[in-house]
Amino acid sequence: MAITRIIIPRLVLLLFVVLGVAIITFTISHLIPGDPARMIAGDRASAETLENVRRNLGLDRPVVEQFTIYIGNLLQGDLGTSLRTNRPVAGDIRTFLPATLELGSVALFIAICLGVPLGVLSAVYKDGPIDQIARTVSVCGISMPVFWFGLILIYLFYAKFQILPGSGRLAMGIVAPERITGFLLIDSLLQGRFDAFRSAVYHIILPGFVLAFANMGVITRQIRASMLDVLQEDYIRTARASGLRKRMIIFNYALRNALIPSITLLGLALGDLLYGAVLTETIFAWPGMGTYVVTSIQTLDFPAIMGFTIVASIGYVLINLLVDLAYMLADPQIREV
Amino acid sequence: MMTATVQSRGQALAIQNLSLEFPTFSGAIKALDNVSINVAKAEIVGIVGESGCGKSVTTMAATGLLPKGRYRITGGSVRLFGHSTLTMDESQLQDVRGKMVSTIFQEPMNALNPTIRIGKQLTDVIMRHEEASLSDARRIARDILADMLIGEPERVMKQYPFELSGGMRQRVLIAMAFSCNPGLIIADEPTTALDVTVQAVILRLIQNRARRTGTSVIFISHNVAVVSQLCDRLYVMYAGRIVEHGATRTVLDAPQHPYTQALLRCLPERVAPKQELEAITGAVPNLMQPPAGCYFQPRCKEAIDLCRSRSPQLAGAEGREVACWRRGVGLEIAEQGSRP
Repeated sequence: MAITRIIIPRLVLLLFVVLGVAIITFTISHLIPGDPARMIAGDRASAETLENVRRNLGLDRPVVEQFTIYIGNLLQGDLGTSLRTNRPVAGDIRTFLPATLELGSVALFIAICLGVPLGVLSAVYKDGPIDQIARTVSVCGISMPVFWFGLILIYLFYAKFQILPGSGRLAMGIVAPERITGFLLIDSLLQGRFDAFRSAVYHIILPGFVLAFANMGVITRQIRASMLDVLQEDYIRTARASGLRKRMIIFNYALRNALIPSITLLGLALGDLLYGAVLTETIFAWPGMGTYVVTSIQTLDFPAIMGFTIVASIGYVLINLLVDLAYMLADPQIREV
Repeated sequence: MMTATVQSRGQALAIQNLSLEFPTFSGAIKALDNVSINVAKAEIVGIVGESGCGKSVTTMAATGLLPKGRYRITGGSVRLFGHSTLTMDESQLQDVRGKMVSTIFQEPMNALNPTIRIGKQLTDVIMRHEEASLSDARRIARDILADMLIGEPERVMKQYPFELSGGMRQRVLIAMAFSCNPGLIIADEPTTALDVTVQAVILRLIQNRARRTGTSVIFISHNVAVVSQLCDRLYVMYAGRIVEHGATRTVLDAPQHPYTQALLRCLPERVAPKQELEAITGAVPNLMQPPAGCYFQPRCKEAIDLCRSRSPQLAGAEGREVACWRRGVGLEIAEQGSRP
């Protein structure tokens, strides 16, 4: 009951967000200098050719009309046609988005699995050697640029030791499994293609870790700070005075409360992963949204840029919804009121 | 093994000459100086004194609850039902806490975990110390909540702390403290944060259950009026030292130490209507650089030269002692010392 009360207003809000984003991206795309028709037709095209291209794209019509057409199409799930690939933008996004989501999920998983325990240890052994190491690692994670760290790892593990691949999602010669979810790790398992699964795992380790590392640092610091707060609380003293075991106090009594302020951060981290993915994908030649968007920006492919922006903003709203639901799960005071 | 020891000795808690300091960058804070407190089995004892005098530090040191590495025991011993708690490691202390000794703290608002249901918080403690299945533990928890005059224990066990009032939470905490039938309960200002109307009820709950089960209780309070109705004996602490102790009635009716006397003169109950209440002038000493001699001497109206040079020891009859040069045995020693 409380869940529907949270979800329904958010879905209504989502419509307005999409509309707002559409207006903004549309306006910006028409304000920014640069002529997409010129980009397509080339520098030396005649005025006539240019005019033709313009007419084909609908760029000769009044701006308001262009906008209503765009919104009308948008509501039918049509994000327009890419100027560069000449394919529907929605189709392009369906092709590239799963690769990014797969990379992002793996990165978030690594970041949480390493960051949370590291933060807990760091707080429990405050000022001890473990804490010093954890703090150094997290500062490195936060301050090391993704492209630099990525290149270092490629140099070490791909070029020097040759134990991990440095680019792509699958090794050459391995046929991609049939597309079901678009997540190679899942699709290959569903079809029993263990060769593809193995290869996909090898390929995702380096970019996944690079993308995870920065977020891991942020998570470690947040968990450490909130654990330190929680360990000071009276209810931890009560638990200690009742003779509960230290491990139980830390994981069952303290961590649960320390996670609550970290949930927002995890939501933000998920958003961070999207933009971190742009750099990581470029370095690791990962065929995902990052690579697609960078190329689209370079070629002033407005429909593609706008399509991506809209999808990303929907993603942000959904992430925030997930964050709120996670709050309800973690904090009974929100759940039961 | 524990019961045998308890039966063979009359003492629940014996703190002998405990001295403790907190090292800081600017010097050590001598929080406890030669503190001795004895609690017999089934006895209810009060420790009174103003904030910061070392009441809580004493019991927290005895139960190993002070933060590790932040304090230093400089002397003395603690025996809890015959076991030396000062030499125990953390794992042994975890076995002792909740089973032999439980502590009820003040501020019930924050003393229960906000994200765990009441029932689970109780059964966690019960299953930690007793060989009980979950359903056994739930039954024990339900019974003890009912014993704390909680109307619908089953419903309360399904609730979270934020759904309960302060008084209810404190009942839950008392239930938790009693849940594994410890021989000693330390009630550290258990009603300070509560409405006056519920205070008496809560205190009676602790007292009644303790009397019924033969549990020893230490009431820690800065409020003499509160402990006076509950305790068999009283210890008065000042600046990390015991200055006076004895049977509650004797201490209250015939206070000996100037500090105890001043403390009692501050109580509205003990002053005639319309008469002005007294306040103790001056401030508690800085325990990083305590005054020479008696710690109360800078605020004491009766102080003599000897008070400023040598600190008085507790002296007197068995069970009734005062640390003052101007009283009882102290007076005799003082007079002998001043004779040429």
